[in-house]
Amino acid sequence: MSGIIGYGSYLPRYRIKVENIAKEWGADPKAIKRGLQLFEKTVPGLDEDTITISVAAAKNALKRAQIDPKEIGAVYIGSESHPYAVKPSGTILIDALGIGPDVHVASYEFACKAGTEAMFVANSLVKSGEVKYALAIGADTSQGAPGDALEYSASAGGSAFIMGNENVISEILFTNSYTSDTPDFWRREHEFYPRHAGRFTGEPAYFKHVVGAGRLLLEKSGMKPQDFKYAVFHMPNGKFPQAAGKKLGFTKEQLETGWIVPWMGNTYSGSSPTGLSAVLDVADPGDLIFLVSFGSGAGSDGFIFKVTDRIKKVQDKAPKLKDMLDKNKIYLDYGEYAKFREKIILNE
Amino acid sequence: MREVAVIGTGMTQFGELWNKSIKDIFVEASQKAIDDAGVDHIDSIYVGAMSSGLFVGQEHLGAVMADYLGMAPVPATRVESACASGGMSFRQAYLDVSSGNSEIVLAGGVEKMNDGADVTAALATAADQEYEVYNGITFPGLYAMIANAHMHEYKTTREQIAAVAVKNHKNGINNPNAQFRNQITLEQVLNSSLVADPLRLLDCSPVTDGAAAVILCSMDVAKKLSKNFVKVIASTQASDTIALYQRKSFTTLNAVTKAADLAYKQTGLKPSDIDFAEVHDCFTIAEIVVFEDLGFCEKGCGGPAVEEGTTSLDGKIPINTSGGLKSKGHPVGATGIAQIIELSEQLTGKAGKRQVKNARIGLAQNMGGSGASCTINILEAV
Amino acid sequence: MISPRYAREIPQRYRLEASKCKSCGNVSFPPRLVCPECKSREFETIKLSDEGKILTYTIIRVASDTFSKITPFAVAIIEVNNGARLMAQIADSPIDEVTIGKMVKIVFRKIQDEGKSGLHCYGYKAVLM
Repeated sequence: MSGIIGYGSYLPRYRIKVENIAKEWGADPKAIKRGLQLFEKTVPGLDEDTITISVAAAKNALKRAQIDPKEIGAVYIGSESHPYAVKPSGTILIDALGIGPDVHVASYEFACKAGTEAMFVANSLVKSGEVKYALAIGADTSQGAPGDALEYSASAGGSAFIMGNENVISEILFTNSYTSDTPDFWRREHEFYPRHAGRFTGEPAYFKHVVGAGRLLLEKSGMKPQDFKYAVFHMPNGKFPQAAGKKLGFTKEQLETGWIVPWMGNTYSGSSPTGLSAVLDVADPGDLIFLVSFGSGAGSDGFIFKVTDRIKKVQDKAPKLKDMLDKNKIYLDYGEYAKFREKIILNE
Repeated sequence: MREVAVIGTGMTQFGELWNKSIKDIFVEASQKAIDDAGVDHIDSIYVGAMSSGLFVGQEHLGAVMADYLGMAPVPATRVESACASGGMSFRQAYLDVSSGNSEIVLAGGVEKMNDGADVTAALATAADQEYEVYNGITFPGLYAMIANAHMHEYKTTREQIAAVAVKNHKNGINNPNAQFRNQITLEQVLNSSLVADPLRLLDCSPVTDGAAAVILCSMDVAKKLSKNFVKVIASTQASDTIALYQRKSFTTLNAVTKAADLAYKQTGLKPSDIDFAEVHDCFTIAEIVVFEDLGFCEKGCGGPAVEEGTTSLDGKIPINTSGGLKSKGHPVGATGIAQIIELSEQLTGKAGKRQVKNARIGLAQNMGGSGASCTINILEAV
Repeated sequence: MISPRYAREIPQRYRLEASKCKSCGNVSFPPRLVCPECKSREFETIKLSDEGKILTYTIIRVASDTFSKITPFAVAIIEVNNGARLMAQIADSPIDEVTIGKMVKIVFRKIQDEGKSGLHCYGYKAVLM
């Protein structure tokens, strides 16, 4: 059975609190915290981008996978903030990690689910025997328009998964997808910020696809929510994944470990993959994990993972998500944040 | 190798010379030197300039200057060694005469830094482009690293380093060609804005336009022309790693110690035989390190030497009586030649209020980048 | 247009590849064709350690246009564990925490952008451990 043989994440050290953003735009931070269950989010340094985050996450994944990077046959990075519109982020990552040149590289985009897309394709290639190992990464440094609701959540970070057939730490038992033309959130070419359709992003978009994919996945696998130790859903804010989990029949406890959005923000393509990483850091052999991502536009990818005996051998081999989330934080005020996110017009 | 003399000198005002082009200032300085020497022809021209290409878009300066001096078809050679371009221009001229190849040679240096180029980026080409500058270091940054290492290793103080600027400004007041002729205080230096910690604005030599030229000839010709002349008794040069991070030590400049050793060996002199010196104070800390590396004091004692007045005009070994790069200005390619001019004026008793008493032997030390190249020229009164 | 020069330095900037002299063991970063110690011309490729110590540093307050966005920033000369040295910016650390002797970890970061439409240029920086 194919699956994850190594995983790793990276979060920047910088943070900004919801209060600092709310103050600028005359919003009520208490209402935002209550309504969206968001407290603070990660901010990338000026020297960080989707590529540097991917490299750091992949290095951690390699520490756990303990393979020769040269044996990786495919590298897929999913993001909606690839540094180049034309030149795959993976081309830089492979030279940074000493992968290739006999490697297939591609960039994926599908709003927030580009990471899980990469995971699906990487696993499928390995499962079919086309490559020995495949690396899939979901990472983002997405922008929220100033003063917009998304500014409270759009954050930076990413997670990497190496797929293989041997020494698997988390088997991928089932996968599925659920996709349709649902225009809830998009970005036109050359636009700096995305646009969204307000409340339309809820029921008709997020919930339709997440719950739709979730129900079909449960059917496909013949499993019930109670079978699972953990559940991870895409986290655009704190409330949506909890509501989706409830609709599908999962409990708050099952979601808790992967529910990192209130302190991380929404790392877009890194969101559910990083929730998964947080779960893998503490999972035990035999645990079943249910994951459904969501990407606007819209679609969801579903995965059922089964943790193997090998997990305990690798958890400590690289930094854990909770440590990256809780320790060594550097808080920014709004001015520093605006400078870091290049929202200030410079004379160039 | 025959003996060589310097028989004429000339320089422009150093400062912001908006109305003068690089050709204008080189010709002006050269004409002054030729008139001072009283020669009617030149056999060979050397033009020291660090980066006329980046500053004014013009290379091929040898040809340009021979042309604009009205001296074509005289051979003219552009010499480049970053901030040591002037000293190296002088050395090439010296070799040209002492070898017997030429009789009368013009050694000039020039830099036109204020024509709108990105000066920080242009100056940074003196450092390692791919492994120093690429990572964000600036020229002041390199010397700041040397300062931090020197303070860490020898307990040199911030005040001692700043005292170099105060002394050099005091000297510059009496140099009519200097860019800055104002007295500054220790407090002003220590409160000026930070450029690269611990170096502040007033620790750094300025951005300057200027040109300087000297005329060299064989001793025989000099005696025939019966002018005020001085003798060149040593001209040496050495190199070191281009990148500061690859040096064996960050507080000793091997190019300086090597060139100095060669110069002392050639002349049979000891450091204590040198009466005064012009050294390359591109940044205040450089003067302290070079003072030590020229053997004027023990390693690590350069800071106290400035503080105690050893290097003041009336001290045991006056350093940078011209005002140094700090107060005189640092038109990069011209600096090495301007140092020779100061030596010449001191040794011929023409230094006015800057005069060092009984000046018999003077040393000029010019270096490029963070010390990757160094020339040392020693002149003696006749 | 810096593509050729940039591409050539990738093994060094991305993977810290250095050359070790087969005769005397001296490590050169970046790699050289002639050993500075023994003048030998035979080398093997090695990777530098990603941990090291600050030997000296400065805080850049006046930078060239390329780095004006991140000013002020610290730059240090670091000696990595297998003896070679490099110069790198210190990232993610408050500048007043940088001192001689502190240990650092080398990380992969974006170093500069070639203007608005040119290359993103990557390389190594260091973070305080």
